[in-house]
Amino acid sequence: MHAAPDPEVVELALPARPEVVSVARLVVGAIVASDPLFDDERGADLRLAVSEACTNAIQAQLAADERTAVPPVGLPILMRCTVGVGCIDVVVTDHAGGFDPSTLVPHPEVTDPARLEYEGGLGIPLLRMLTDHVEFRPTGDGTEVRMRFEPHGDPVRG
Amino acid sequence: MDLRLDVSQRGEWSIVEVGGEIDVATAPRLREQLIALVSEGHHRIVVSLEAVDFIDSTGLGVLISGLKRVRTHDGAFAVVCSEPRILKVFEITGLDTVFNVAPTLDDALASEG
Repeated sequence: MHAAPDPEVVELALPARPEVVSVARLVVGAIVASDPLFDDERGADLRLAVSEACTNAIQAQLAADERTAVPPVGLPILMRCTVGVGCIDVVVTDHAGGFDPSTLVPHPEVTDPARLEYEGGLGIPLLRMLTDHVEFRPTGDGTEVRMRFEPHGDPVRG
Repeated sequence: MDLRLDVSQRGEWSIVEVGGEIDVATAPRLREQLIALVSEGHHRIVVSLEAVDFIDSTGLGVLISGLKRVRTHDGAFAVVCSEPRILKVFEITGLDTVFNVAPTLDDALASEG
């Protein structure tokens, strides 16, 4: 972790290991807890969404490392958290070669018994539900997930 | 982050009390525990999330996998959860309609799973 030039920005470079997702949660949890506009429930939304984004990035990075190099390249996952006026933006970037969520084959609805065939597939829908805005952008060698959280914009809470 | 698993038996139910955070790093331990129980012939399982502080989609996936495994043996699977923050994750994914989510362990044990 290193301090960014702007005091309102926190950046983390995380090794692509599952154990570090809890570190990302701790950091964003501390950031959101210090913003009085965000209540505990919204803070929990933010922690979960960032955890999902970091999990996706790490799993993609680990898969890419297995495909492309021996020993693995081991590029870090980057998380950049910006506290703005009335919002918190979080960007999670990997170097895993790219990911297009529009190409995902939708799983059956959770109420469909066939859904039990799929253990995964809940992360991206959770990201969409917990954020006020989420965008998946290709970078040169990976994917950037840009998330915006607003204090009163929780669409789930209505 | 630590995950605590405490397994006990009450009648025909196996009870897995989980504590800590269930995420991509810790969920494999819960998955292995559920697989072990089913392979040992325990087909009525309650997973208590009362001491869980955090669950993500990986953790939900492990519970889906557990439900699927016991169903293949005509068993029963229930989840105990009363913490609103954890319940919300079930609700927004729609999984509260898939799982038998009980507010207390006694309610879960009294259910058909």
